[in-house]
Amino acid sequence: MTSVRMTGAIGYLPAAIADRASLAFLAVLAAVALAAPILNLAVPESSPLHLSSYAVGLIGKYLCYALLALAVDFIWGYCGILSLGHAAFFALGGYAMGMYLMRQIGARGVYGHPILPDFMVFLNWTDLPWFWYGFDRFWFAMGMVALAPGALAFAFGWLAFRSRVTGVYLSIMTQALTYALMLAFFRNDMGFGGNNGFTDFKDLLGFDLQSDATRSALLAATAVALGASYWLCRTVLASRAGRVLRAIRDAESRTRFLGYRVDAFKLWVFVLSAVLAGVAGALYVPQVGIINPSEFEPINSIEVVIWVAVGGRGTLWGAVAGAVLVNYAKTWFTGALPDLWLYALGALFVGVTLFLPRGLAGIRFPVRRGA
Amino acid sequence: MLRAELRVGAPAPGGRWTLGLSLAWCLLLLTGPAPAAAADTGDDAFRALVAEFADANFREKEALAERLLATGHPRVRDVLTALLEDRLFERERDRRIFVVESNDERLTAFRLLDPASLDLVDAVAPDLLRRIITNNRLRRFLRGTIARFSLSSADAGVRLEAARELLRGLDDETIELFRRRAAVETDPDVSYEIETALSIAALEDGDPHVRIEAVERLSGRLNPVVHNRLTALVADTGNGGRVEPDADVRAAAADALWQIDSMRNVYSVLETVAFGLSLGSVLVLVAIGLAITFGVMGVINMAHGELMMLGAYTTYVVQLWMPDLIGISLLVAVPAAFLVAGSIGVLIERSVIRFLYGRPLETLLATFGVSLVLQQLVRSVFSANNRAVVTPSWMSGALQFNEAFSLTWNRMYIVLFALLVFALVLAVLRRTRLGLDIRAVSQNRAMARAMGVRTERVDVMTFGLGAGIAGVAGVALTQLTNVGPNLGQSYIVDSFMVVVFGGVGNLWGTLIGGMSLGIANKLLEPFAGAVLGKILVLVVLILFIQRRPRGLFPQTGRAAESM
Repeated sequence: MTSVRMTGAIGYLPAAIADRASLAFLAVLAAVALAAPILNLAVPESSPLHLSSYAVGLIGKYLCYALLALAVDFIWGYCGILSLGHAAFFALGGYAMGMYLMRQIGARGVYGHPILPDFMVFLNWTDLPWFWYGFDRFWFAMGMVALAPGALAFAFGWLAFRSRVTGVYLSIMTQALTYALMLAFFRNDMGFGGNNGFTDFKDLLGFDLQSDATRSALLAATAVALGASYWLCRTVLASRAGRVLRAIRDAESRTRFLGYRVDAFKLWVFVLSAVLAGVAGALYVPQVGIINPSEFEPINSIEVVIWVAVGGRGTLWGAVAGAVLVNYAKTWFTGALPDLWLYALGALFVGVTLFLPRGLAGIRFPVRRGA
Repeated sequence: MLRAELRVGAPAPGGRWTLGLSLAWCLLLLTGPAPAAAADTGDDAFRALVAEFADANFREKEALAERLLATGHPRVRDVLTALLEDRLFERERDRRIFVVESNDERLTAFRLLDPASLDLVDAVAPDLLRRIITNNRLRRFLRGTIARFSLSSADAGVRLEAARELLRGLDDETIELFRRRAAVETDPDVSYEIETALSIAALEDGDPHVRIEAVERLSGRLNPVVHNRLTALVADTGNGGRVEPDADVRAAAADALWQIDSMRNVYSVLETVAFGLSLGSVLVLVAIGLAITFGVMGVINMAHGELMMLGAYTTYVVQLWMPDLIGISLLVAVPAAFLVAGSIGVLIERSVIRFLYGRPLETLLATFGVSLVLQQLVRSVFSANNRAVVTPSWMSGALQFNEAFSLTWNRMYIVLFALLVFALVLAVLRRTRLGLDIRAVSQNRAMARAMGVRTERVDVMTFGLGAGIAGVAGVALTQLTNVGPNLGQSYIVDSFMVVVFGGVGNLWGTLIGGMSLGIANKLLEPFAGAVLGKILVLVVLILFIQRRPRGLFPQTGRAAESM
């Protein structure tokens, strides 16, 4: 993590993102957000500079993962909370968005029911379950994208941090949480489509999800969300509360003895991180076109942690870089050498923890003591 | 032959009845000792009769079975049972018919027994034999016939089984059979079943007092036939009338039903607890290894599940090597799995974990990477498909306490095996030099080293022990689930839960934690369903950990602070 300092030339920027690494990161992000849609929409397909729609979708997906990694790094790298269940918050946000998209299908479903989604008609349900009310309104669904993961994180964190469940115990508990949610969402009578989840979405706010323009817009929206989240996290970290968080990471008991309410700090940072993960999930679902319970699988959450570890824990842009790099490697491996991907991922886990404890970011920016 | 043709040509309505009577008459003769003098000539005639199965159609086979019964030969039951169980084969070379000892498809050669003497004659590859086939009708006929015949067997166990089989399809003829048998029956269990049958018959008696007595006798009998008959007795006919005209009989029947139902409930609770114990033993088995690596060493080994998977695949390989000795293959697989998983564990410790002591979160990530590599390794070597591990015959079957309560042997073996492994691990930790070193290092590493304990070596041995136990658990899992690359993953969350619930660093906590989680899961299942039950248990566990962050049996003193 680089020190936060203002230089004369960029003094008009908020202090939190006025360091060189942040500026470079935000510049790259802005470049991607502008270039990808232009290369896709404005450049003719015959041109070698043309970016395929597939690539646009892929970049959008990576950016969602990057936002999720950012959320994990925010609590792990700066507050020492290793969550092995963050994919649960990601999936909850995704499900909230999925419910909105399902309601938007309306009578265009296979069964043509004006209100009920296809899977409910298939299960012979006659009424919409109460928790589906309101999801036909975009603002309500967006509220739930933040509220559902936030409330779960609040309930879980309130219980866990108050009774000082820390370290590996907390990690295992978060894993149990996502595992329990996975089992629950696999059930048909939960009202979330069971095994198959939600798919076959049509449009978002009236824009066709299959069109290139919508996809480009979603990519840009994801980049904006990522940039805004980055700015938000940096602002929190640059504040006095941010210094307390780092103090908790490095010496939790000492911070408590100094009179800080450690559990309250941890709880709020955990909730904030869960909301960011939920937003990432909500942006992810319209771009990949499906959400199902396998998003809750414990291994997904662990993979997120390895993105962060590869990129460099404790540097927010490192987490983003790690997410993009590992996922690019995954795309490449599963296409070219599908059998070798798990070997590569496994080797990455072992190699990074043994030889690169500070991740790729640590190579260039030696950090003080990690946690 | 003549009689058989007659029956084929004219299946008269009364045919079955006369047949039954003649059969009963034959049986009466058979209850006495078989005439020894006629044995030799009887054997040849018997063989000749059996030989006719080769060309007979289904109807003719039925008739043949009757004629075999009429010979009174001591092997009739064996031959007819063999026919029923598809173990009667014709040798294509000389068209002789044999009873086959076992028709297990995996056998390379079938052992042929002479039908009259049941002596071993030959062993022949299955494709040189032709099975004497049966159809549903014939099998039903054979089952009834064998049961009737067996009711007069000299072996009380055979008689009991026959009586239970006959109870399932009661008619006038079988009741008559039971009535005759009741007079000479000495075995109390068989008498009990006969009494059940006769009491059911008495429910049709014209005198209400006889009917009430019969109902009272049937009260508390768990046979489902009894339950069905009593339920029918208290039911409406559908047009306002009652099946049973007498109100007292109906009241008695309702009482009896209530009693039977409450007994059934007791047994079903017992059964649930037994299921819970067996599930709990699996959890304990899976968690013991983890209790050592996580509990004693403080190492989060996410590859634990994959070590179990290696144990399961070891079992598969052992069975490939010794296909003729399936019975003892599991016994061989246990030490083999211990060695395989243990040495892989040592390898993991030396190459990865020893650099990460004191950094539990990094250990977690690194061992997770190891688990991915192991999974993919197994996929590359054995393919991603599930592999079949054979259950040896001594593990199949069930111990039947009564009609409502039975326990399968494999569940009971799992419970025993889990307890055995637990006791062994406990003994190693408590009674051996290694155990002493392990405990010393886990309590105070620096002090142990100062006292001359070679801590590095102890670390390797401890991790190897934990990994080996995981392999042993894998052997047990082959008897319960599919052996595939994902075998380990499905248990990892559960096993961590058991260790955390029981209290880290406490083997007894693991035992009690595992058993109570197993029972809780099974108790919740009938009300909430399997999945919801599991979720409830997980949620309760998460809440429990909030209240007691160090588990059921927390470590006290300095060791508690070091985690």
